[in-house]
Amino acid sequence: MFELPSGAEIQNIIASLKAGAGSFIPEIYLSILFMALILVDLATKGRKPILLGWLTFAGLAGSMFFIHQQHQMEAGELFFGMYVLDEFAIFFKYFFVVSAMFAVVLTMADRRFDTEVKSIGEYYALIVAMLIGMVMMAAASDLLMVFLSMELVSLSAYVLSGYFKRDGRSSEAALKYLVYGAVSSGLMIYGFSLIYGLTAQTNLLLISAELAEHGYDPLVMMLATLLILAGFGYKIGAVPFHFWSPDVYEGAPTPVTAYLSVASKAAGFALLLRFFYIVIPHGLSPYEDIAGSEWLALLAIISVASMIYGNVVAIWQKNVKRLLAYSSIAHAGYLLLGVIVMDSIGTQAVLFYLLSYLLMNYGAFYVIILISNRTGSENLDDYRGLGRKMPLAGAALTVFLISLVGLPPTVGFIGKLFIFSALLSKGSLYVGLALVGIMTSVISLYYYMLIPLNMFLRESLEPNEREQNPGLFANVLMAVLMVLTIWFGLFFEPLSEFAHYSSALFGLSFY
Amino acid sequence: MLSLIVFLPIIAGLVILAVPSSQKQIIRMVSLLAAVVQMVLAVMIWQGYDPSLAGITAVAGGSPEGSFQFIERLPWISLDLGSMGSMNIEYFLGVDGLSITMVILTALVSTIGVLSSWTIQKQVKGYFLLYNLLATAMMGCFVALDFFLFYVFWELMLLPMYFLIGMWGGPNREYAAIKFFLYTLFGSVFMLLVMIALYFSVIDPLTGNHTFSLVAMASQENYIHDAILGPENVMWRTVAFIVLFIGFAIKVPMFPFHTWLPDAHVEAPTPISVILAGVLLKLGTYGMMRINFPLFPEVFQASMYVIGVFGAINIIYGAFCALAQKDLKKMVAYSSISHMGYVLLGLAAGNSEGMTGALYQMFNHGTITAMLFLLVGVIYDRAHTRQIEKFGGLATYMPVYFGVVMIAWFASLGLPGLSGFISEAFVFVGAFSSEVTRPIAIVSVLGIVFGAAYLLWSLQRMFLGKRRDDAAYDLEIGEDGHEHIHFHDWKGKLDLDARELAMLVPLAVIIIFLGIYPMPIMGLMTSSINKLVQVLAPVAMAAIN
Repeated sequence: MFELPSGAEIQNIIASLKAGAGSFIPEIYLSILFMALILVDLATKGRKPILLGWLTFAGLAGSMFFIHQQHQMEAGELFFGMYVLDEFAIFFKYFFVVSAMFAVVLTMADRRFDTEVKSIGEYYALIVAMLIGMVMMAAASDLLMVFLSMELVSLSAYVLSGYFKRDGRSSEAALKYLVYGAVSSGLMIYGFSLIYGLTAQTNLLLISAELAEHGYDPLVMMLATLLILAGFGYKIGAVPFHFWSPDVYEGAPTPVTAYLSVASKAAGFALLLRFFYIVIPHGLSPYEDIAGSEWLALLAIISVASMIYGNVVAIWQKNVKRLLAYSSIAHAGYLLLGVIVMDSIGTQAVLFYLLSYLLMNYGAFYVIILISNRTGSENLDDYRGLGRKMPLAGAALTVFLISLVGLPPTVGFIGKLFIFSALLSKGSLYVGLALVGIMTSVISLYYYMLIPLNMFLRESLEPNEREQNPGLFANVLMAVLMVLTIWFGLFFEPLSEFAHYSSALFGLSFY
Repeated sequence: MLSLIVFLPIIAGLVILAVPSSQKQIIRMVSLLAAVVQMVLAVMIWQGYDPSLAGITAVAGGSPEGSFQFIERLPWISLDLGSMGSMNIEYFLGVDGLSITMVILTALVSTIGVLSSWTIQKQVKGYFLLYNLLATAMMGCFVALDFFLFYVFWELMLLPMYFLIGMWGGPNREYAAIKFFLYTLFGSVFMLLVMIALYFSVIDPLTGNHTFSLVAMASQENYIHDAILGPENVMWRTVAFIVLFIGFAIKVPMFPFHTWLPDAHVEAPTPISVILAGVLLKLGTYGMMRINFPLFPEVFQASMYVIGVFGAINIIYGAFCALAQKDLKKMVAYSSISHMGYVLLGLAAGNSEGMTGALYQMFNHGTITAMLFLLVGVIYDRAHTRQIEKFGGLATYMPVYFGVVMIAWFASLGLPGLSGFISEAFVFVGAFSSEVTRPIAIVSVLGIVFGAAYLLWSLQRMFLGKRRDDAAYDLEIGEDGHEHIHFHDWKGKLDLDARELAMLVPLAVIIIFLGIYPMPIMGLMTSSINKLVQVLAPVAMAAIN
């Protein structure tokens, strides 16, 4: 039975909303951008896709200004603890906005949108809607908020991945994504309800305090952890919650694939880090007694399984997007290694790895789009001899792939270096995990190199084609991304400083 | 100075990037110029090098000054890691007796390689870009004194090598290229973990921070006692030694990790074979001397016998395999495996004679094998086959070629008066005088016999006797009434032309000169080798414990 709130309570609520709104400006701004895009699309009757694209891009760029202002604000809870503002959340705001900007650029580059799609208006709006969801995922500090923001992301993503309505594979992707998403959401919400049952709280910090104070039944807690991991695991695309990813990656429009693989995965990690680091009670030496070892062991199993499965199955892929889907499963495994370390070095390693992944994965997908504009295909066989026809694209893709393997001098190497450093900073405790990590990265070399192998080592099926130039803008963007991938592999201080600075989670005492 | 010698090829690469790909001659000349300047710089460093300074470790107090030379040390990355202190990576270059020998060798072989690349016609621009990248990475490896920097250079070699074999190689190049890549990466990723673990275990006495400096790592007193690779952690130190050793052994290549080498050599174009055999293989043994052994001396002491046995297997097994080859290039590749076995044997001896022999053998093997592969390339260019049985009686028709072949073949065989003899003699003296390796040395001597067998037998089949009926060339009676031979679709000079002589003659002169008077190279290494032996010696370690 609900009682109507008293006047004083309403006053209280309004005051909290007012206080919170000041720290909620980027989200409000993005919501306005979302609506504005729909209106502009209506006004132009969908005839100006390029205008809409650039408008989205500019709008997203503008949001950085408001995000930047949040650095001055004090970290804390908003809206009765539904939401938090901390450097960790701000990091992910930047991260998602940049991801969305890349997704917009990739969309404008992809020629398939010209033929497959009649109206592009809702597309950009959905990109922004998904962005809002992800931004809120990274800052949610209440079970309800966690669930709501995840659903906002998922619903937008379902539509986006099926955006090529006339393409059967795209529709299949959307349906698969939906079905798996629904199941894992259901499991996760069941896990939430168990936690609520244990603690009668929904706020993460309060749950943590409650668990520490009153203890709990380990079996129930374990079950809850497992169920919640199903939800998070689905978002990060880790084994055994990965079944959707190869089909969705292959079927979805390539920019959406890239967006999902980078931003959606990162959102999953943001949530994973905040949820587990906050909820499981911690003291001076965190997690040593209470259920900690179990969920860390669970994560370790998921991580090892992801690294092995993703890297091994990728070997037999013939489609480049599918290949990158398996590679992204493997990368979820590497990122989980950083989570397992459970301290600021681990968090920092995860954040850095995500930054490097953003750069190299978007770079790779951008080149794949440019190539598919030419060849109309993402099959490995159609990459034969392309290196000679599109030398810059070939070189750039090779650099991105080398970075994905984790070879110096690329940013991907530094990402792996930080992950392994974090593991080894605990002495010999995690050497086994590190060993799996490096062994599987050797395997990954084989399938990543299949792409340069086809591009450079094999002759084209139609040898007489001339050099093809994807255009000035594309060339410059590719070159810039390529140089950045190498530059940050040699001079990674700014990125790692940023990651270090951003590893502060509100409410976590062991930093 | 060292920065310049390292990055000169990459600068040349950037220049090449700006040259249109149709200007093949300009691209070649730019690369040659860079290589020649690099060699001049190497000679200048050689001249300015003071052989009395030891290197290997820092002088008392932890400073590398006064021990290493031509030091360039700049902070590269300095990160705050919160509770873990800060992460410091340095741009730290310097040479001592170990590296200066290799710097000279690298500059020499790189230059020869550019000359040898003249025959590359396909995608010249891409070729020389990758070649120059490779040259930078190789040189960087030999002068880097920060483990992180070393690792970056080490891995940087792989990608250009992959493409150089894979794009300009023989029919089975895809397989050979990826095999090379996977093998070496497999070795080096373990090195990455050891590197990180070492970082957490070592303190630079000058700054009090964790460090990647190989100079600090080479002194056992800089290790933290309870760290993962600290002095008491015997198990992990042993594991670290073994995985590092395997990583370097793959590069050497040591049996049973050698199978990538014959494949890579057979498929690679001649200049890349020259680089591969001349420089890259040395990185494996250099890594052992610079990193693997001095960082874990007590494990080295315990494993001398095993290393020696592997060395002996390399020597004898390599020679047997070479004996069985029908393909001349494959024979030379296996002879490389055999000769790198001497290096391992010399290292296993652990005394000054053995170590000097090993390092000198590294230099000599670099020059001799470069020559062997060049000579294989010469005949392959003409005949388009390397099958030994397709030749016969070449000595009559190509006398100059035969003359150079004799020098190279006999140097490889270890004939006194040529450089290979001295290094192998030192290796055996060292191995005999060490209690541990004496029985191994006795067995290994057999390798010399088998070495002589395959070299002389191939010489006999290819150059002596008469032309075979199924030979790769035709006989003609020239206008002067003498017999000549004629290779199908070979338009150039039958015997060695000027470019080929320009590559081969300097190498031959070096081989002969260093066979008679080894001091110019050997004098450089003496004090460093003595220091290394001292660092590795049980007495020195007992003093620390």
